[in-house]
Amino acid sequence: MSSADIYRELILDYYRNPRNFGKLEKFDIDSRDTNPLCGDEIEIQIRVGEGQKIEEIKFVGKGCAISQASASMLTELAKGKQLEWVKQVGKEDVFRMLGNPDLGPSRVKCALLGMKVLKTGVYGYLGAHYEDTDGSD
Amino acid sequence: MMMKNEVIDIAKVRADFPILKRTIHGKRLVYLDNSNTTQKPKAVIDALVDFYSRHNSNVHRAVYALAEEATEAYEGARQKAARFVGSRAKELVFVRGTTEATNLVRFAWGEKNVKKGDLLVATLMEHHSNIVPWQLLAKSRGATLKFVGLQADGTLDMGSFETLMKESPKLVAVTHCSNVLGTINDVAKICAKAHSAGATTLVDGAQSVPHMPVDIKTVGSDFYAFSGHKMLGPTGIGALVARRELLEEMEPFHGGGEMIREVFLDHSTWNDVPHKFEAGTVNIADAIGLGAAIDYLGALGMEKVREHEVRLLEYALQTLAEVKGFHQYGPLDSKKRAGVISFNYADVHPHDLATILDEEGIAIRSGHHCAQPLMRWLNVTATSRASFHVYNSFDDIDVLKAGLKKAGGVFKV
Repeated sequence: MSSADIYRELILDYYRNPRNFGKLEKFDIDSRDTNPLCGDEIEIQIRVGEGQKIEEIKFVGKGCAISQASASMLTELAKGKQLEWVKQVGKEDVFRMLGNPDLGPSRVKCALLGMKVLKTGVYGYLGAHYEDTDGSD
Repeated sequence: MMMKNEVIDIAKVRADFPILKRTIHGKRLVYLDNSNTTQKPKAVIDALVDFYSRHNSNVHRAVYALAEEATEAYEGARQKAARFVGSRAKELVFVRGTTEATNLVRFAWGEKNVKKGDLLVATLMEHHSNIVPWQLLAKSRGATLKFVGLQADGTLDMGSFETLMKESPKLVAVTHCSNVLGTINDVAKICAKAHSAGATTLVDGAQSVPHMPVDIKTVGSDFYAFSGHKMLGPTGIGALVARRELLEEMEPFHGGGEMIREVFLDHSTWNDVPHKFEAGTVNIADAIGLGAAIDYLGALGMEKVREHEVRLLEYALQTLAEVKGFHQYGPLDSKKRAGVISFNYADVHPHDLATILDEEGIAIRSGHHCAQPLMRWLNVTATSRASFHVYNSFDDIDVLKAGLKKAGGVFKV
């Protein structure tokens, strides 16, 4: 693990200039969670369009560079996709999106908080239950 | 420039702690998370090994030699712990730690004594272990829980305390020393005023007993709790000290073996205090380990431990303030503060900072420190925290400063 590897330009940029940051006036999905270990928090709102498409998506949150950059990048990735896509997305996708940094086990949870919030919200909307495995499955 | 005078022989002390010889990511371990838990001197580790190698058996039961040795060592540890804080063995209950102590009081004292409509008082700087049990008690008894506020410098707002005392609270629960701000509260004054208002008092000593001389008789609280693992002792052992009459009146906490005098099918009678509160097989080895930690601290002298940490604190506050973007929380008067520095550094989140410092072998805590209400009051989600004990050196602080500068580079602060 090297901090130069983790905190590359991409992550610092999304941390300081988060894309899709804010709240939606109209939304169909509103999902929020915190990491009880460190207090990082992420809330994601989604407006669902025709054909179960993610029409609009925004997030707000507080926390470390990894959790905030990861959530922001995930919203960019999700925008315009079908809700079904959210079911398919996995932690490997999140790691790839972040540039496969060598995160220690304690920081993996930071990287995956956004995905957990997104999945919990979308699964709930679809009438399903998302079982979080804390990235330790 | 402040003199880096040593009140204790740091090199000699450091040699007593085997873990300090370790390297982390190829660097010397700089352990600055002592408010969380402390490292253990060889004397404590040896005491555990010696107990299991030579004296292991259960206590207070069998009559053979080993059992008598184990009982003597366990009760000897109780004597040491009680004397260390100016109390008596009969008034010291061994528990897992401060959290178990507050929960014991919640159940064994609170469920019996707190009535519907009663007021419980804590402060905004409490650790969750001195908040959540009272929330649970308030909920189960229909009582109300209110909090003493803070002043801008991180000390208690005694005005708001006085106002709450006019409402005749049933319980006042306060920390002797904040695990985030380092603030040392005038608990003797607080307890005296709380008693005048008719309250029972509990002091959380988890951050005071390990770092400064504490005399519970002078504090004057009804209950006083502390943890062994924060004072060079093993995990899983701590103490609740209480006035004997209170312990006599209270209901038991856990029911089972050891805590009884006689058991019938329809009722039981209780063992003498403090054994009434020590159900089941107790944590014998770790109590003995705590005794060894107390011997170690006693030999150094708690006045010297405290003075050493004051000097480290003063040096750290001055040195770290030279780093642009460093912002610390807590009172600046080192006489009113323990060796704890919570801080933030530019816009680097504490978890990111802790990851970067870890590469340098530096262990600091990052997060909410089990004090979320205090974090909200500070208007932060998290802080970084460096906290000292007797084996920390001035050089540790220089390494931390260099680590901050490295983090500044990584984050392009």
